[in-house]
Amino acid sequence: MTQLALVIDLNVCVGCHACVTSCKEWNTSGEAGFMSDDNPYDRDPTGTFFNRVQTFEVGEFPNTQTVHFPKSCLHCEDPPCVPVCPTGASYKRPEDGIVLVDYDKCIGCKYCSWACPYGVRELDEHQKVMKKCTLCVDRIYDAKLPESERKPACVLACPTSARLYGDIHDEESIVSKAIRESAGYALMPEWGTQPANHYLPRRKTEMRIHEDELERADNPLKIDGRLPKPGAKDPSLDDVTSW
Amino acid sequence: MNPAFSVIFLTTLLGAGQGLFLALFVIEVRVATGLLPAPSTGFYPLGSAIAVVLLATGLLASFFHLGHPERAWRSAAMWRTSWLSREVIVLPAFMAAVAAYGWAHWQGWPGTLLIGVIGAAVCLLLFLCTAMIYACIKFLQEWATPLTLINFVLLGCASGVMLAAALAALRGEPNAFVVGLWAVLLTVAGMVSRIASLWRNARLKPRSNLQTAIGIKHPRIVQKAQGFMGGSFNTREFFHGRTPGTLRAVKWLFIAGAFVIPAALASAGLQAGAPALLVAACAVQFCGLVAERWFFFAQANHPQNLYYQAVS
Repeated sequence: MTQLALVIDLNVCVGCHACVTSCKEWNTSGEAGFMSDDNPYDRDPTGTFFNRVQTFEVGEFPNTQTVHFPKSCLHCEDPPCVPVCPTGASYKRPEDGIVLVDYDKCIGCKYCSWACPYGVRELDEHQKVMKKCTLCVDRIYDAKLPESERKPACVLACPTSARLYGDIHDEESIVSKAIRESAGYALMPEWGTQPANHYLPRRKTEMRIHEDELERADNPLKIDGRLPKPGAKDPSLDDVTSW
Repeated sequence: MNPAFSVIFLTTLLGAGQGLFLALFVIEVRVATGLLPAPSTGFYPLGSAIAVVLLATGLLASFFHLGHPERAWRSAAMWRTSWLSREVIVLPAFMAAVAAYGWAHWQGWPGTLLIGVIGAAVCLLLFLCTAMIYACIKFLQEWATPLTLINFVLLGCASGVMLAAALAALRGEPNAFVVGLWAVLLTVAGMVSRIASLWRNARLKPRSNLQTAIGIKHPRIVQKAQGFMGGSFNTREFFHGRTPGTLRAVKWLFIAGAFVIPAALASAGLQAGAPALLVAACAVQFCGLVAERWFFFAQANHPQNLYYQAVS
């Protein structure tokens, strides 16, 4: 069984919103239809987005950290939004675990958005259907694209590679390794939704240098001295070429 | 949550229609067992017609909640998992049962009690479906309690039986006093259970907090930006934007309007034998229940709001 997911490294995210804009660009141009906006270049702009970057300040001045926190659908393994849908428009694909909305079946009752504790479903105010992250399902299987580009748009856009993409049920995948080795965690574990997307925590990066590392380890007998500085009268390249 | 008037009217009108039908059915059972004098002909058909109108108006109101009402027929599909889908099936079934009940009485058919039993069972099922739509979302902790179901049943019955009492009093039925007494008792019972849920919700400890929401275990986390400035579905659908003072005012308003004033008006009306007071009790109680339902939605605090605490 496959469960595709994103792993987002909060230690690396710089909060540039490139994932937000590339997500919007890719998904608003897709065959599923545009993601409508109101007043995009005016006062109080608003619109449909699948992905957002939020910013939190942790700690008390002067010991604070700024945490940029990208938030999109977590593609829960036990998604609470799916069973409540009265029409079956919301569904979880058995083959790869992506949670999707069939826009042609959605009646726009908003019940699924009530049943999502993470607030990642948005009703499109003009098409009047519920929308959410598709994990770029129209991109990741596109055989016309080169293999390296068959990834969600947000992953490709991230300049710091804070977003990893892969199958969390494959123990050898890059995302499984990241979760395992860098203490990946899920959001709001108290509700038992088992989000597929994981986050990697902020880590304090410290250089640990021991005394013996300051000296060359391959010079145990210390026979390499400092090279003598050539004297001003010594021959130089100019002497060779200036004749 | 931001209360939607479509859903407020759906739930209150359905409750009143269901209560009215249950009142008619219980009256008929009591008459059949000789505990009540029989009402005049036309009482059951008229009551059933009013119940059907209430249910149909509620159903109509629900369509205003949908982005695509023309696809509403699709919502009967997922009855295995979705309480909303179950309600979509049970509501028309109940409307058909009430219509059949009234029609059978109008035509003087003998099987009215049997239709009534079926209707009452479907009616209870409808209460269950409507309440479970809200009670089954476990992270909306204000709703995820059996009190939600008890309140929907008691408040629906109170308003419907009050309507039956007003109708009986207006028509000068011999059983008007007894039905009015039921209405007052149900109103008091509804007040007790609603206050119990207010008491419970005031003591709720939210299971989610900013620490679990973003997974950082530090006691002091402050949001600095939510990622946009002009608002989104998340800020429109899940925040009512009213002050705590407004909420408190609505709470006292509905305690008075849905319970205290109607119970007092109905008691006075029964003692004085004044049908106008019962009609007034009915009207005040319905307005009070609209306020109650508004408060029910506004009080529910969705955990997604943790992510939208500051614009920038």
